[in-house]
Amino acid sequence: MTGTQTDTELLRLENLRTWFHTRSGVVRAVDGVDLSVAEGQTVCLVGESGCGKSITALSIMRLVDPPGRIEPDSRMFFRGRNMLSLSGDDFRHVRGSEIAMIFQEPMSSLNPLYPVGAQIAEAISAHHDVRRGKAMTRAIELLDMVGIPSPRSRAREYPHQMSGGMRQRVMIAMALSNEPKLLIADEPTTALDVTIQAQILDLLEQLRDSLQMAMLLITHDLGVVAEMADDVNVMYAGRIVEHGPVTDIFAHPQHPYTEALLHSMPVLGMTQDEPLEVIRGMVPNPLAWSEGCRFAPRCDHAFERCSEDPPLMPAGRQQSACWLCESGPRSSSGVEVTA
Amino acid sequence: MSVGEPVPVGDGLAPTERLRRGGPLVTELRYVLRHSRSVQIGLAIVVLLLLAGLLAPLLTSYAPDKIDLSNTLKPPSHSHLLGTDELGRDEFTRILYAARVSMVVGLAAVAISNILGVVFGLVAGYAGGFVDNVIMRAMDGILAFPALLLALLVISVLGPGLFKILVAFGIAFAPANARLLRSMVVSVRQNEYVLAAQALGASHTRIMVRYVLPNAVSPLIVSASLGMGFVIIGLAGLGFLGLGAQPPTAEWGAMLSGSQARFFTAPWLLISPGGMILTAVVGYLLLGDGLRDALDPRLRQSK
Repeated sequence: MTGTQTDTELLRLENLRTWFHTRSGVVRAVDGVDLSVAEGQTVCLVGESGCGKSITALSIMRLVDPPGRIEPDSRMFFRGRNMLSLSGDDFRHVRGSEIAMIFQEPMSSLNPLYPVGAQIAEAISAHHDVRRGKAMTRAIELLDMVGIPSPRSRAREYPHQMSGGMRQRVMIAMALSNEPKLLIADEPTTALDVTIQAQILDLLEQLRDSLQMAMLLITHDLGVVAEMADDVNVMYAGRIVEHGPVTDIFAHPQHPYTEALLHSMPVLGMTQDEPLEVIRGMVPNPLAWSEGCRFAPRCDHAFERCSEDPPLMPAGRQQSACWLCESGPRSSSGVEVTA
Repeated sequence: MSVGEPVPVGDGLAPTERLRRGGPLVTELRYVLRHSRSVQIGLAIVVLLLLAGLLAPLLTSYAPDKIDLSNTLKPPSHSHLLGTDELGRDEFTRILYAARVSMVVGLAAVAISNILGVVFGLVAGYAGGFVDNVIMRAMDGILAFPALLLALLVISVLGPGLFKILVAFGIAFAPANARLLRSMVVSVRQNEYVLAAQALGASHTRIMVRYVLPNAVSPLIVSASLGMGFVIIGLAGLGFLGLGAQPPTAEWGAMLSGSQARFFTAPWLLISPGGMILTAVVGYLLLGDGLRDALDPRLRQSK
């Protein structure tokens, strides 16, 4: 957690709304997200399945397909420029060169018909007018950089000849081929086994430092958050419910949802007799989000005030969208971070 | 650093085959060629016919339209392997040269229908929505005309001629290819590598040509082979009606129709072109069917 932290803002989302206008109604998958990423920083976006994390990431890439749509009042600034006012073709030049993305599923994210080296070279030539041989040399350097042994011969192999971990390394090499300022990683280790997960996370952290890029890491794994994040955004039902520096969030979570998430994590040394705490219920159906706090139906602390929609309120170094924090930070039980 | 061994995942191949050098599609075709009997037989017939057409001048010492009135209607003999026709032309020679006509018309028509099919199917499937609807409704319109009818229409307006026929067949068979490719494109487009390519900033053209088309095109290999069979039958049918290749060009259908009156006096003049049509069509259909059987499990898997 020693990112070269500067205060220069790289990405800022203001009131991002991505709605899906389906036949059965409007699905407000992302419903008013504010988020900011500073240069060189790792920001985590955490939450349960279906809370809108991936759609937020795809919205930043402007890759949401119809019937999904980024609503007109949303704003997204990248290095000061409003990305949502760029034409599709202009934004294409940002995509992959300034903002890159890696996906959850390395098994299916590579084109099965070309050798991996050629695919990386292709990613380079999408943004630079370089000769084939030169792009290939660069591709081999990149494979070496992401820790693939004997990159020269590996570059000639097809995706099906590689393991999941190696494919994810190739994906990372591709994403970094144009030295982006921001890397969005959508659950990059979920599909990998635990030992490989740790390697990939280490690699990402090391590359973030050496290339001085910022990273928006999307995950539902709080262990990953503790290890990687500078800043954490907790997302629930299409909104950010809590935001703050990672140590504060883990030590004294302000939003009851964050608190419940932390306590649902198994702790080393737990015995099988101790029940794991769970959050009762499910993420509500995005077609029918209740008025007021969307977490209230599952919350142990719910009271009358929760029928009103809580805004993000400052609570110490954090911000929390909970009425309990209206008069400053509340006391809560955190967990110890051993990162 | 520990890196897992290459783990092959399901693409429907035996492990040893999969690990060979060469792209997955090449490997697949190699595997099919080795294991499918009908592909082997079909390919053998097709290759023999292609060679017969190409090497015709080397295989015979006669010219295809050399008339020899002193040698008409001779039965097969040592000097005329398949006998001679009513103008004394060597039947064997004419059969060989007619193979050229069938192959050229067949390949050209299949090429036209595939190019049109690929362009329209790819764009329609990738773009979706309005563009898709406009293109596919136009294709449905063409599909309303059977190939032979469309060819007859063209001939009745523009007069007979091989070039017109091959263009007519090419257009008539295009919608089937466009539909086939479109359905593949729609499913291939859902793959995560297409999203990944978009995320890298690849242009639509690049994504279509480098990512979608190569992963969607394999069923067209099958349809191209079957298409050759249909075009050869269609061409022979038009020739039989006197609307195809015009004399003195040697063409199987025309040869067949010219000799039908001599069924009892010179049966070799019917048997040889008829046999060639049958062999050629069976060859292409066997090849196409075998390829389809072999490639289908993979298509099912990739969905």
